[in-house]
Order: sequence, then C-alpha cells, then structure tokens
Amino acid sequence: MEAKENQGELWEVFLQTKPGQAFKHVGSVHAFDKNLAIENARDVYTRRGEGTALWVVPSKEIVAVTANEAEYFFEAADEKIYRHPTFYSMPEGVKNM
Amino acid sequence: MEIIAASTEQLLADFESKINAEIKIEPRDWMPEEYRQNLIRQMSQHANSEVIGMQPEGNWITRAPSLRSKKILLAKIQDEGGHGLYLYSAAETLGVSREELIQALHEGKAKYASVFNYPALNWADMGAIGWLVDGAAITNQVSLQRTSYGPYSRAMVKICKEESFHQRQGYEIMWRMMEGTKDQQQMAQDALNRWWWPALMMFGPHDSDSPNSTLAMKWKIKRESNDQLREKFINKTIPQAELIGLKIPDEHLQLLDNETYKHGDINWEEFWAVIKGNGPCNQQRLEHHIRAHQEGAWVRETAIESAQKNKI
Ligand SMILES: [Fe+2]
Ligand SMILES: [Fe+2]
Repeated sequence: MEAKENQGELWEVFLQTKPGQAFKHVGSVHAFDKNLAIENARDVYTRRGEGTALWVVPSKEIVAVTANEAEYFFEAADEKIYRHPTFYSMPEGVKNM
Repeated sequence: MEIIAASTEQLLADFESKINAEIKIEPRDWMPEEYRQNLIRQMSQHANSEVIGMQPEGNWITRAPSLRSKKILLAKIQDEGGHGLYLYSAAETLGVSREELIQALHEGKAKYASVFNYPALNWADMGAIGWLVDGAAITNQVSLQRTSYGPYSRAMVKICKEESFHQRQGYEIMWRMMEGTKDQQQMAQDALNRWWWPALMMFGPHDSDSPNSTLAMKWKIKRESNDQLREKFINKTIPQAELIGLKIPDEHLQLLDNETYKHGDINWEEFWAVIKGNGPCNQQRLEHHIRAHQEGAWVRETAIESAQKNKI
C-alpha cells in the first residue's frame, strides 16, 4: 500500500518521571519540526503530570544493534566474569565489603 | 561482523520458546509473518476504535449540563485521542506507517469496534457509554497488558491507568440520574437498555465462531478468549447496576452461583450487520473522520513549509 500524504517525521519520546531519575522511552510521535515534536510529546504522554523533563529524538537518528547481531555484539562481556564483585573470594568474617 | 543465518525452523522454535517463557517479543526480534500481520490487524483495529470512539461522545460536549461535566467529557475524549496515538505508535514499530493505517480505515479495509456505530441519543448515553463501553474495553485491555508483543503491552499498561476515570465518570452520571426524578431514572434505564447488548457484542463472536482466535491465543497476542472476557464483564457489571437500582435488559439472565451469571442469547445477526456496514451510524462515523482529516490538511501543509524554512 502506497501512502499518499505526509504526516511528518517520527520522533522517539523519552520522559524523566522525577528529578534525578533516568530518562525512559515512552513511545513516539509524528511532527514536522522539533518544536511541534516536543509539544506533541507533552500532549500525548504527559496529560497527568507524569514527567518533570522530556526529550524528543528523530527516530532515524537512533543507532541500534540489530537482533541478529546482538548475540555476537555483546559476547565479549560474557567472558569477563571478573567484572562482577561475586567473582572474588573473601576471607571469612570480612565486614563492610 | 560475521553473521550465521539461522534456519526458519530454528528462528520459529526460538520465537515460540520465548512466548512460552513469557518473554516479550520486541520490534527488532525475529517473528513469523503471520504474527506480525495478526498484530497489525488487531492493533490498528484497536487504534481506530479509540479515535472513532471520540465521535458519539464528542457530539455532547456543547450540550453537557454543567461546566464540571463538560470539562470531564473533554478530558475523557482527549484521552481517547491519546490512546489512538499510543496504539498507532506501537503498530508503527512493526514496519507499517500511520499514513497507511489511516488510509486503510478510510478505504474501509480496516475495522473499528462496531459499538461506535450506535448513536448517542441523550445525556444518559454519556453515562452508559463510560460505564459500559469503557467498562468492556477495560476488561479487554487489562487482559491485553499481558500480550506477548512488548510495545502493545506497554501501551496497554498506560491506557489502563487512564481508563479507570472513564468508567467512574460514566457510572457517576448513571448514579446521579438514578437519585433524581422519575424521568431521569427512566432516561438512565433506557440508556442501559440500548447499550447493554452492543457492549456485550464488543467482546466478539462466541469462541466456537471466532476464526482469528486460535493463533492469537497460541502466540499470546490475546490472553483470554472472547467468552471468558465477556463473562468477567457481566459478572462485575450486574452488581453495579443493581446497586443503583437499574435492571439489566435480559429476561433470560440466570444467577448460577453467588457471582456468576449466564446471559440470554446475543443477537448475532445484528452484530454481523453492523460489522458489514449496516449499523445506524457506520456511514456517518467514517465520513466524519475523512472530512476532519481532509479539513486538517492545511495544518500539515503549513507545518511542512515552516519546517522547510527553518532548515534553511
Ligand atoms: Fe481508550
Ligand atoms: Fe476510555
């Protein structure tokens, strides 16, 4: 099916629910420029004061690892178990560590 | 990076083992084409229903009996527009564009809930719609929070949080009318009589006659069957009706035990007639959506031009 009209670019929306917390992806909106994108994101995703800060990012600018690549891409970290605290043995009775 | 291509059987086996382990499927994961198509059909139908569903209530904004009720109705209808957008956005993660989805709606290729093809005749209908139509939708959406597709499930979680005020504002309208004059009580009862059966039909055909259900249940797009959801809705709604003195318009309704009811026969001929386009308002609803969309074209055109200018 060929779509006939332009409804604007897709923008991904990220919301911070409280100061100090990480931004979380909440969905996307259509918009023609960044001002409309942030206003649309406010109207669609924060009608009940869900957030204290908002980011919009053009979807096409997001770089991601594809599903087929993921296993190989992240493989290197699997072997480095010494990066986890549980790897180390500790003498009995040691405290505050 | 060297990528070893997995066979389709292997991919399908991995996919199904994720489904069985209750791991959500995400947009970039491999999925069978039938799963994708099934989701697009269900999610676009769901999104279209949210948006078309704004019409029967939108018709009453200017005639709301008080400023309080007008503000509530506006907020409720605005939420429904938002629900449509969350769902179109979730559907777009499957590689279909919103333009295509709206075009399919306008061409009559994509459906929406048939309940919105009934007219809202008076203010009591605002009560009945919120209480029964949103109530039925909530029953379905609570279940869909556990759907296997991640973006759909997350949209449902957000929608369910917003829906509970929709049902409560509707029930409050019905309750106030039942506390009012004889005429108001009759209006409320009449609205229940007209919306009860269309609300039951919202859950779709009986399980024995539901062709799309088997695969959707197997891949956990749907988590409960049409009949299971319908029973849940009936069992929680009947005590709410009785509490405020309303009578369910079903002569064959039977109380099986303390909290389970058996309903009378649903008029499936009417259901299929409305689905096929012969309900009281089918043509009006679609024409209105197309007109509003066309009348908004200048906004999109102006926005494109302004975006071009700002680039230079
Ligand atoms: Fe909704
Ligand atoms: Fe609603």
